[in-house]
Amino acid sequence: MPMLEVENLHVEIEGRKILEGLSLAVNAGEIHAIMGPNGSGKSTLAYVLAGKQEYEVTQGRVLFEGEDMLAMEPDERAAKGLFLAFQYPLEIPGVTGMNFLRTAINAQRKKRGEPELAIPDFMKRLREVAKRLGIEPEMLRRAVNVGFSGGEKKRNEILQMALLEPKLCVLDETDSGLDIDALKIVADGVNRLRSPDRASIVITHYQRLLNYIVPDVVHVLSKGRIVKTGGKDLALELEARGYTEYQTEAA
Amino acid sequence: MPAVQETVEQVRRIDVDQYKYGFVTDIESDKAPKGLSEDTVRFISAKKDEPEWMLAWRLDAYRHWLTMREPRWSRVDYPQIDYQDLYYYSAPKRKAGPKSLDEIDPEILKTYAKLGIPLREQEILAGVEREGTYSRVAVDAVFDSVSVATTFKEELKKAGVIFLPISEAIKQHPDLVRKYLGSVVPVTDNFFATLNSAVFSDGSFVYVPEGVRCPMELSTYFRINEKNTGQFERTLIIADKGSYVSYLEGCTAPMRDENQLHAAVVELVALDDAEIKYSTVQNWYPGDAEGRGGIYNFVTKRGDCRGRNSKISWTQVETGSAITWKYPSCILRGDNSRGEFYSIAISNGRQQVDSGTKMLHLGKNSSSRIISKGIAAGKSNNTYRGLVSAHRKATGARNFTNCDSLLIGDHCGAHTVPYIEAKNASTVFEHEATTSKISDAQLFYCRQRGLSAEEAVALIVNGFVKDVLQQLPMEFAVEAQKLISISLEGSVG
Repeated sequence: MPMLEVENLHVEIEGRKILEGLSLAVNAGEIHAIMGPNGSGKSTLAYVLAGKQEYEVTQGRVLFEGEDMLAMEPDERAAKGLFLAFQYPLEIPGVTGMNFLRTAINAQRKKRGEPELAIPDFMKRLREVAKRLGIEPEMLRRAVNVGFSGGEKKRNEILQMALLEPKLCVLDETDSGLDIDALKIVADGVNRLRSPDRASIVITHYQRLLNYIVPDVVHVLSKGRIVKTGGKDLALELEARGYTEYQTEAA
Repeated sequence: MPAVQETVEQVRRIDVDQYKYGFVTDIESDKAPKGLSEDTVRFISAKKDEPEWMLAWRLDAYRHWLTMREPRWSRVDYPQIDYQDLYYYSAPKRKAGPKSLDEIDPEILKTYAKLGIPLREQEILAGVEREGTYSRVAVDAVFDSVSVATTFKEELKKAGVIFLPISEAIKQHPDLVRKYLGSVVPVTDNFFATLNSAVFSDGSFVYVPEGVRCPMELSTYFRINEKNTGQFERTLIIADKGSYVSYLEGCTAPMRDENQLHAAVVELVALDDAEIKYSTVQNWYPGDAEGRGGIYNFVTKRGDCRGRNSKISWTQVETGSAITWKYPSCILRGDNSRGEFYSIAISNGRQQVDSGTKMLHLGKNSSSRIISKGIAAGKSNNTYRGLVSAHRKATGARNFTNCDSLLIGDHCGAHTVPYIEAKNASTVFEHEATTSKISDAQLFYCRQRGLSAEEAVALIVNGFVKDVLQQLPMEFAVEAQKLISISLEGSVG
């Protein structure tokens, strides 16, 4: 059974059709890249998987480890192991990264019926993860994403992801606007989480990130549907030839 | 377990689904007849066995009150209060004054246990040293108008600090009371303060002698218990030259159908180089979802920085009451005196809050700071109303004001009404204000990390009020944080 099964997904926002019959199966241990032109529905897919309210699913279903994920609240999905690295991470004034993460990790543990992580254990884990990713723990004393540069925000997302140890990571254009060093940190974060019981979906516009995160499967998304699926070479092909042929094909 | 820790544990156990403090203790009470007249005033004074001068003072107030009209300038809306339909005095029946907890009605102690008030009197009187970092707290518990237990008395006595129910202070320290009572909030000050002056039932009296740093935080828990009883607390705190005192006021009240009137007066006097820190957590019944019931809270709190280099600091966390009308203020009379006001006011359901402060700069180089955080949820209205003024002789007066409002949902209102009057050219007044809303995107971000909608709101709000929470004594900060989460229950759909 695939970890994630998306079947014939149709999604609208404010009456506008965004996804029109998207299907996708991701097995544990795999990294899938989803590429496509602007407006093809890449971010919508990420938001729908995470449960953002504004999106209306009109058809199809999404199973996460065999369970109907669309019936779950966003926080239930998180507790089940879904993580979304946001394209535009949000600011939470007055709440330190440390407090935010501890609240998040314990909220998830509570929902899973696990005991809370005591402060010293949490701090230890946090330090280990931050060190591994080469992230200054100083960043965690600041309010979440407040006054962060674009690169810092993305690194912060990866740090959260590494700490929460999700089963399925969805990265929504995490590479956009990053310099090469930040890009490597992001890639490193994803690669380190690579394991036989985890999976990732890397959404990106450019092939560049895929030099560092080598995907098992590459999908091309256009006009709300997956129009081509292939191996990692497909990304290179896209880089060379652009999305034009897929856009006309789908139209 | 340290007493304060116990309070914290109790607070943690608070059932967040409903207002847990809505219970009524069944004890016989001794009531004045319903309604307000000279006879009521005389009855109260007689019950308290007061000296003649006190009765005269009350009667003065009552006669003046008859000439006054209820103020209607605030942004709150409530039906006309029938002042003849209230009881003005209610005291638990008892024989003589209590000597220890054993003599206190067990029902009262049970009530306090439910509230988690740390009355570990025996241990305390035995002088048991507390472990850990929690500071010690002395409690002057007010149960429906009469103080029934006072702890830490011995130790305070050693330091020379007087901490008594004001009814006792009137008898034991008449000179001090006569000198300072009404000197900050005059008998004729305003409708509600004047009413209080006529019928005040009890409250706390604190005097910290010259050069003494009060060895512990002083604390009073108020509780309204008798049906239809207006509560008219009167508190007077005097910090003599070079002294310091920190006073904590915490309030909870049982659930009621009728609206309950509460009109307290708090007067603070800080002499040369003295400092008073006054912290409040107010958690009274706010009424049901339709706005029925709930406390009407019309409070006059004022501090007088009478001496040079004196300092008064108000910190308040307001989460309860159907109507809040409250402006803890500082008269900065002394040169180089300093006033501070830190406030978190949360309104949910149909609560109405009109609160703020006044900083009246009279002394040279006096300074003040106002940090106000208003949070409106549900169908509530939350108004900050503040006055900062500098007298023409108050050269070098400085003020910094920061008023932030946070809106949760689309049916609430936040309003800011600052008045600024500078009457001399050397004054520097700064005012910052922001209004923001918890966005759906912010909520979604938190929920994607595993927080429920309510956990997310609580986290965001706690971040918003952080600057003020940091001003609270540690044990209060924990309680306040919990209260904030509780009072925002149901604010997101």
